[in-house]
Amino acid sequence: MAEIKLKHNEKLDIDNILKDLDKYEPRRSGWTWRKPAPGLKMGPFEYKDASEPLKNGVPLPPAKYFENIDPQPMPVITTEIASGRFEDDIRRMRMGAWHGADHLMVIRTAGQSHMDNLIEGTPQGIGGVPISRKQVRAQRKALDAIEDEVGRPINYHSYVSGVAGPDIAVMFAEEGVNGAHQDPQYNVLYRNINCVRSFVDACESKKVLAWAEIAQIDGAHNANATARDAWKVMPELIVQHAINSRFSELAGIKPENICLSTVPPTATPGPCVFMDLPYAVALREICDRYRMRAQMNTKYIDSSAREATVTHVLNMLVSKLTSADIQSTITPDEGRNVPWHIYNVEACDTAKQTLIGLDGLMEMVELKSDGPLREKAREIKERACLFMEEILEVGGYFKAVEEGFFVDSAEYPERNGDGIARQIDGGIGYGYIYERDEDYMAPVTAHFGRNNVEQYGGDPKNPSALIGGCTLEDRSKIVYIDELDDVDNVNVRMEETSKYRDTSAMIPEMEWMGDGVVMLTMMIPENRRTAEVAAVEIAAKMGLSDHEVISREVLQDAEGTRIELKGKLGFDIDVSKLVIPPEPHYLSEDEIRADVEAHPLKIVCGTVGEDEHSVGLREIIDIKHGGIERFGIEVHYLGTSVPVEKLVDAAVELKAEAILASTIISHDNIHYKNMKRIHELAIEKGIRDDVIIAAGGTQVIPEEGLKTGVDAAFGRNSHGIDVASFLIEERQRRRKDK
Amino acid sequence: MKRKDDFAERRKHIANLSDQELYDRFWDLTTQVVTPMLELGKKNTTPSVERSVLLRMGISSLETKPIVEGCMERGLMGKGAGHVVYKLSKAKGISVKEAGTMLAEGKGWDDAVSLFKKGV
Repeated sequence: MAEIKLKHNEKLDIDNILKDLDKYEPRRSGWTWRKPAPGLKMGPFEYKDASEPLKNGVPLPPAKYFENIDPQPMPVITTEIASGRFEDDIRRMRMGAWHGADHLMVIRTAGQSHMDNLIEGTPQGIGGVPISRKQVRAQRKALDAIEDEVGRPINYHSYVSGVAGPDIAVMFAEEGVNGAHQDPQYNVLYRNINCVRSFVDACESKKVLAWAEIAQIDGAHNANATARDAWKVMPELIVQHAINSRFSELAGIKPENICLSTVPPTATPGPCVFMDLPYAVALREICDRYRMRAQMNTKYIDSSAREATVTHVLNMLVSKLTSADIQSTITPDEGRNVPWHIYNVEACDTAKQTLIGLDGLMEMVELKSDGPLREKAREIKERACLFMEEILEVGGYFKAVEEGFFVDSAEYPERNGDGIARQIDGGIGYGYIYERDEDYMAPVTAHFGRNNVEQYGGDPKNPSALIGGCTLEDRSKIVYIDELDDVDNVNVRMEETSKYRDTSAMIPEMEWMGDGVVMLTMMIPENRRTAEVAAVEIAAKMGLSDHEVISREVLQDAEGTRIELKGKLGFDIDVSKLVIPPEPHYLSEDEIRADVEAHPLKIVCGTVGEDEHSVGLREIIDIKHGGIERFGIEVHYLGTSVPVEKLVDAAVELKAEAILASTIISHDNIHYKNMKRIHELAIEKGIRDDVIIAAGGTQVIPEEGLKTGVDAAFGRNSHGIDVASFLIEERQRRRKDK
Repeated sequence: MKRKDDFAERRKHIANLSDQELYDRFWDLTTQVVTPMLELGKKNTTPSVERSVLLRMGISSLETKPIVEGCMERGLMGKGAGHVVYKLSKAKGISVKEAGTMLAEGKGWDDAVSLFKKGV
């Protein structure tokens, strides 16, 4: 099958991705880590902890000051993308990958963990995506093309949990999924799935994940998100991590593919780093055989994206001071809506910026080996150890769950009696556990537990040989199902938005193509309550529908409130009808310098007319303001209120190659008249062919200026680079003509 | 259960352990906690484990569910749903896939039950 090649300036063709999916084969299985690039040199800098750079990406905004470098930190960076429409999520995945994400995690639709089978087709999801073979295949196929484009392997990830865990694990192994959440404790505590069922299923799932070398992430961080006082569950978090990790290892997963989902439990205004750091140290020391997937705190984020971002930066400081193999990101709008495109990208940038900003920190700083850090870390470990002891004392894990040991809001061994209790003989899936008979048999690869293939002369090391290989050896045996529902599927959804895919109609979007959602930020000089109501009224008058205030922050009780509001536009735009002026054209600084060095360039300049303004011209010429002097151009500045005759005479006398005139005052078109006069004087003095004349000013319209006979005219927002590029290109043209 | 923080009392027997000893103790306890659950997994099966076996045998997800339900109704889960399909395919001289489709359509179940009654 021909692979898809993306062009950086062309949109993904979703139809093309959906085409021939039945024939698609994943190019690899298993997880991929970033390649370290110690001592990496980029632009003027050297990095200590960076990984190999991307082929294509979007650098951080200030990169323009540093040769547009885009250094990539060492941890794999996760972004969670699941809007409910996987076809739009694919486009967001590409944006995320360009901003440095190489672990793309898909959240499942609400309720999938209680569906007792695989989902097929592409129904729309709620708060996530219905994970099906077609959806997984389409996204993996798209990521193949995207990883080629950015030049770094991308890990694709979703969830192996719920009552169809083993079914999903097999499908993931077949489809080249690279990472998966798998933690039976999650099913038990948060999905009320029977605990025996959950662990028996997990044995099978983990064996399959082990076979496919899929990196496993646990679910312990949910205790942090659920507990009333999240910082008090630290001992339990270690216990949950340990139970799933050890269980996984004994089920066959290599320790290096076992990743702990760990969150700094606390947030500001608490002294969070002081509290979170000992926990991070204790966890990494106790679980040193495994990898760390550092997640960000969601428990305490509110609707302010700025506040969430700072929390996440503090979380990454903890990652840097300890370790993170995978740095997950949480979108800063998580506290107010299903994440939007722009916030996935923002979160990736926040991670890249922070980790690159902290590059090399640990060569200068080390954690103290005594004092509160060590004392607190030891205490957390002891509390976790005592927790594990008591699990055994009461008769094991299931008994401990029955007695509500987990997600209690007190710090163990204190108990508040508000933990989540589940009965061993209750929950979803209870009563569906079957003991295997002596002659139980399953002729497949990666099957956990008793399997009597010998009764048919089979080899216990290769049970699937009995059927000539299973789907894990022979892909042709996989049954691909396209769609089951005529109405709820991707084709119908694509048809509904075809206007925006196939024509030049365009409408802004936050989540899905065609959603028309925009966000407004405003300062309303009223108290909070009034501001909220006023903002809604403003949105209505602006013609937005479905408007809703999504964030409000008091600036001062009476003086004002910052409001962020979302709403839907009632119109779209035909981009083919837009008049788009060409991008201003620049030479590179190096090209300009090289030309000036080879052919020294002398110019005269001044503000002409009865005009004392000097700021504009100073900006264009002064080295201090990034003006043209920095390229080595010899500038003779004659000052302000310079008569045009003096300017032209100076050019004659100094044998200058160019005249630069600044004309600010525009009354009675005096600016254009002066420009015309310079041109005419140059002719009179016989130097017009030898001198380039350029003029500019805030009121100058370049097209009008050119009509006066000058060679170039510059309007508002022109910079030194515009003028220098013009001068160099114009004299190169003149040199050629000669 | 409500309980005051008795950490100071409760920790006495581990207070003097070195960090390494505490580490070893913690993982020894953890292994003891998880071992019974792995044993359960070795000895038991569930509808989803069996569906996942059938999937690997090349049977469509639309068919795995009715086959496993048929096994549950007829007391064949202890044999393994994949085993039932395998044995029926051998007895009838048809492919695993064909045997799976047959059972999913509600056919061949009497044969399947009697194959296991007679023994291998």
